[in-house]
Amino acid sequence: MFYQPELETMPREELEKLQLDRLKKLVKRVYERIPFYKESFDKAGVKPEDIQSLEDLQKFPFTTKQDLRDAYPFKMFAVGRDEVARIHCSSGTTGTATVVGYTKNDLDVWGDCFARFLYAADCDENAAIQVAYGYGLFTGGLGAHQGGENAGCTVLPMSTGNTKRQARLMHDFEVDCLCCTPSYALNIADVAIEMGYNPAEEFKVHAGILGAEPCSEAMRKDIETKLGIQVFDIYGLSEVMGPGVACECEKQNGLHVCEDHFLVEVVDPRTLQPVPDGEWGEVVFTTLSKECSPLIRYRTRDISRIITGECECGRTFRRMDRIAGRTDDMMIIRGVNVFPSQIEEEIVSFPEIAAQYQIILTTKGTLDHVELLVETVPDFPFDEVRRLEQLKKDLQKALKDNLQVAVDVKIVEPKTIERSEGKAVRIVDLREGLH
Amino acid sequence: MISQLTVFLENEEGRLASAVRTIADANINMQALFLADTSDFGILRIFCDTPQKACDALTESGFRARLIDVVCVRVDNKPGELANLMDYLNDNNINVEYAHCFISGDYAFDVLKVNDASLDVKLAAAGFDVCKPEDVYVTD
Repeated sequence: MFYQPELETMPREELEKLQLDRLKKLVKRVYERIPFYKESFDKAGVKPEDIQSLEDLQKFPFTTKQDLRDAYPFKMFAVGRDEVARIHCSSGTTGTATVVGYTKNDLDVWGDCFARFLYAADCDENAAIQVAYGYGLFTGGLGAHQGGENAGCTVLPMSTGNTKRQARLMHDFEVDCLCCTPSYALNIADVAIEMGYNPAEEFKVHAGILGAEPCSEAMRKDIETKLGIQVFDIYGLSEVMGPGVACECEKQNGLHVCEDHFLVEVVDPRTLQPVPDGEWGEVVFTTLSKECSPLIRYRTRDISRIITGECECGRTFRRMDRIAGRTDDMMIIRGVNVFPSQIEEEIVSFPEIAAQYQIILTTKGTLDHVELLVETVPDFPFDEVRRLEQLKKDLQKALKDNLQVAVDVKIVEPKTIERSEGKAVRIVDLREGLH
Repeated sequence: MISQLTVFLENEEGRLASAVRTIADANINMQALFLADTSDFGILRIFCDTPQKACDALTESGFRARLIDVVCVRVDNKPGELANLMDYLNDNNINVEYAHCFISGDYAFDVLKVNDASLDVKLAAAGFDVCKPEDVYVTD
């Protein structure tokens, strides 16, 4: 199902014309209205008139997270305060929060972007969606909420927490689609099963639009099996808009970028030069239609690639691959680059081990030491020490073989690892000299 | 076969205390307790009254606990009884995963974990006094 078929299936040539038209206006507008861009364009020796084709954007400077922090709170707004309808902030766990404003129209565009993927998940005005992202300054809750309203769905604004109630209402209200983080979806599924439900059979829910944190293929399968749903990986970040910048369609082969509103580039994070389609690099977005907080070439720090070729679903928007990691989540352990997603892939390949895990980095002597806390699944025969030791050894070997890093596996009691009600804390870095 | 209550414990301060306190609070009496320890976890093995109730109480308190079937042989409390039992197992090529013994009343109880579901029948046929659950604890 398409929500806006004329846009989602627009022929490429027409789409690129639309993009160029919007890009020209955007560059002119930010140059005139946002002092940061005037300064940065002048410094790079570029003028708004230099945009004659989409490729010309490559001559323009990047915008970084630090630039947004420096603009705290409102220096990046391109409209007057009277036009700002809402403000969201990034989590800001490290450093100053980044502030993003939305006009009424921005919110409507955002809702439409999200609604496209509700339709892709077969959810229209007849569907009920349960929004279990946190509501507040974080964009997840209200983004999904607005998407549901634009799509005409019945919206259940649960926010996070009270997980038993989430499971009960999902059952009682015959929810069709769950919107939350993957780790919370798994938590809800586990709690529902603990409560005695068989969600895969007894719940009507058929889709999950899950995002805001990475989800490995194996974790996705786990969620899909337990809840009996199809999981759609949705992507977005508050600086660019929020969830809905890109999302999977029913084919689950890459995330369609809403290219009528966002220009996507992939660059080599070291040289900052664009890489050919199909190659991995850092994802860079330019917002084509945002009124309040427009961005030119924003470096997301997310690692992905453009998937070449057309999608069978009929959408002409190009697809990006699922996020392989973040340039700043990347751990450098004894000189080796390691992404949490790589560790997760290994963990989920062991059916004896539960999906929750935590990585603890410390310094032993002068070397980095990695400890991985895992739990066994409830029916693991832990009575025999030999079985536990063997499991530990096997997992350590798998990690060593695949990551080239020695990891000390520790099997812990159930519920030692905090269950997620939002973004799970997967890495605790206690290494000396890093803070 | 009798039920042994097995609990997975992290090597953390207070975990053993907390586990036995949970059983005490459920007003359940223990006959024997054994702790196998490794560098980062311990396996607690318990014989107690109403083992299912004890297992449920521990699970509800967040412990990973389960009941394991083990063979228990009652022997006289005198030299050579355990050696006789082990000789039989050795002669019959029966591999022992782990074993422990405790004394209750006038008897000694030899507990065996083996991967042979029919061992209790074989032992009884060989003349050993294989215990039933009610010989060791109050059943659920």
